[in-house]
Amino acid sequence: MVRVRYVDADILIIGGGMAGSGAAWEARYWCRNCRVVIAEKANINRSGAVAMGLSAINTYMGLKCKENTVEDYVKYVRGDLMGIVREDLVYDYARHVDSTVHLFDEWGLPIWPNPQTGCYVREGKWQIMIHGESYKAIVAEAARKAVGEENVFNRVMVTHLLKSPSNPNRVVGAIGFNVNDGTVYVFRAKATIVSAGGGSHVYRPRSQGEGLGRAWYPPWSSASSYGLMIEAGAVMTMMEARFVVPRFKDGYGPVGAYQLLLKTKITNAYGQDFWKPHYEEIKKLYSGKGNYPDLPITPTTLRVYAQRLEWMAGRGPSLMRTEETVKKGTESEAIAYEDFLDMTISQVVIWAGQNHEPAERPYEVITTEPYVMGSHATECGAWASGPDDLAPKKIEGLPDDRGYQYYWGYNRMTTLDGLFCAGDGCGANPHKFSSGSFTEGRLAAKSAVLFIMDHSDEKIEVDKAQVDSIITKLMEPLERYERGKYTVVTGPSYMHPIDPTKMYWKQGLFRLQKIMDEYAGGWSTMYVTNEWMLNRALELLQFLKEDFINYAAAQDWHELMRVWELWHRILTAEAVVRHMLFRKETRWPGYYVRADYPALDDENWHVFVNSRYDAKTGKWELWKVPVIHIIPFP
Amino acid sequence: MPSYVIPAKCTGCGDCVNICPSHIMRFTKSGLFGRKAYNAEPEMCWECYNCVKHCPQGAVQIRGYQDFTPMGGAVEVYRDEKTNRVYWTIRYRNGTIKYFVFPIRTTPWGSIKPPTEYPEPPKELLRTPYLSCEHEQLGGNKLGVELPRYKVPEVVKVEVRG
Repeated sequence: MVRVRYVDADILIIGGGMAGSGAAWEARYWCRNCRVVIAEKANINRSGAVAMGLSAINTYMGLKCKENTVEDYVKYVRGDLMGIVREDLVYDYARHVDSTVHLFDEWGLPIWPNPQTGCYVREGKWQIMIHGESYKAIVAEAARKAVGEENVFNRVMVTHLLKSPSNPNRVVGAIGFNVNDGTVYVFRAKATIVSAGGGSHVYRPRSQGEGLGRAWYPPWSSASSYGLMIEAGAVMTMMEARFVVPRFKDGYGPVGAYQLLLKTKITNAYGQDFWKPHYEEIKKLYSGKGNYPDLPITPTTLRVYAQRLEWMAGRGPSLMRTEETVKKGTESEAIAYEDFLDMTISQVVIWAGQNHEPAERPYEVITTEPYVMGSHATECGAWASGPDDLAPKKIEGLPDDRGYQYYWGYNRMTTLDGLFCAGDGCGANPHKFSSGSFTEGRLAAKSAVLFIMDHSDEKIEVDKAQVDSIITKLMEPLERYERGKYTVVTGPSYMHPIDPTKMYWKQGLFRLQKIMDEYAGGWSTMYVTNEWMLNRALELLQFLKEDFINYAAAQDWHELMRVWELWHRILTAEAVVRHMLFRKETRWPGYYVRADYPALDDENWHVFVNSRYDAKTGKWELWKVPVIHIIPFP
Repeated sequence: MPSYVIPAKCTGCGDCVNICPSHIMRFTKSGLFGRKAYNAEPEMCWECYNCVKHCPQGAVQIRGYQDFTPMGGAVEVYRDEKTNRVYWTIRYRNGTIKYFVFPIRTTPWGSIKPPTEYPEPPKELLRTPYLSCEHEQLGGNKLGVELPRYKVPEVVKVEVRG
């Protein structure tokens, strides 16, 4: 017997992280009589990627102090992604991001002030320092106050989007369930904003035991933004650009404050520079029209690649030379430790266990397993309409299909009517980080308000049969567990019971991670793949998809959440592999290398790769969309 | 173990269960001593320390992931919303102790002015690029400058290769 609650909203926000909180704030600001509802899988006070805290805000222009221009920022971001970004979207969030940061300041986020300039202490050209232990809690307070406590649905995981019965291109809400008590929620909404985070645990993490959860991006980032939108048939973009980050070994502690603020060098194991020995080779293969290896800030992906070449030459690992910049008992030591204590406490736990003194010895830096994200130094996500004044209104020579154009009236609206995206969910505009994600949430929400005003006479219809069939599907893993519960007996295990009729979430997750790691450029192959491997991955993913549909089982509500997280990850993984297969070049060698096409090919691949999935047939279509440079490109 | 609960100190208040972003802090079945919280899925723990910070009894602690953390060290935390400080104690395996204190917030908890307390924005500004607090008519301009603009051609012609 399933308990079902219907919730009617003007605007539904899926995921109350940084982007969702920004959306909540802005939606209420523009629409005083709207009901804005947040569905949050965890507790909004500490959810999303910033749940632990953060030690810096990576995106702040400093316009009022004339520290930077928005154009320069777009050039930087474009360069970092090897030429391929939606410049309209990047310019758009960048011009607004300062007002977000100033709001945070006013709300009580301790940003390090710079008394000389009246602005903030710069960590780097684009970054500022914060005492960010309570960052998310502060931002959540603003979101809760904006929509009202009664409209924050904590512990409700959204699993499927709802489509209008009369218009398959119109999203009218979503279905989810409470992970504590199993109540099913049917949200009917005039506009829906997906800000459900990026994806960790799509690839095999480096630690497989107790440390499985110590991924760099949190384990609760279940790729739900992508899973939800892919299944609904929204056009996705740049899913191949899943990326890896260089981090302190095992704890995945951040390197920003060390490198930028303390000016700490990374060398190979012998104290030598890792970049110079590979510069010529990298220039030969990855220069392209953008002259990327010579940019003022070397692209993340090329720096990562040079380090990897050092390791493969046997001169690894990379070492962060903390002994040169951290001094015991001084400000520099407090900065070094706070960097971890704000956002990756595990790294300090490791150092305490290993008696490691950063002032005395260097520490290893490695690259993580790949993550699927749209807010960090990469750009996976939904293909969205640009803003009125920055996106080219029409691109001649291409079909009118939204999946080829840059503009269809509502900023940050996906190719489906009434469905907006923000944060990790919105593709082709990277480097948003926390402040930019919040800003993008604001942009999406304002645009959603405009959308519902323009469509005020539209009736939101939900088809009962469609709802019932989704609920049946949603609950099936629980029922499957009940069936034949006592026929199989195996001992208690860190895995789950062995049962020829059931696949538990962790068993499926390990299968997924093994496929992705070994065939689609994970760490065990040093991030190398090729056409054969990717095709093999697709074949094995197909089995996994079928097994999920026929065998997924859950013992309780919590496991049901894990099961649906797995489904979102599987769909995302498939998108990633299909995109990697489609792009016949190596554009971001630090993130992955297509060994059969090991160089950058600007002639044919200076383009976005877009895709659409048809859930009914299981078929994908992929195509190229040219990059329009609104800011002159070399 | 990520995080673990010391049963003797746990009163079963549920603050850690409520806050855990991974949904892995749960209650034991109630017994003679009432219910106790425990970490039911350590392998999905991010060591984000929210359970530790939110426990009013100091009953939750962290033992570093066994995969790569030698035993005997510890990181302890006390977070105080009255003084808005977070106090860290780091105990090394060899006995070294480090203390750090950082601010967590510059304003009292609950003090944020909701968006509805700003004057209602004029509807025609919905079709402009301004967001809240970026224009005189939108609760003042917190950007500190006029919103940057860039001229983009309305129509672009392209050819696709390949």
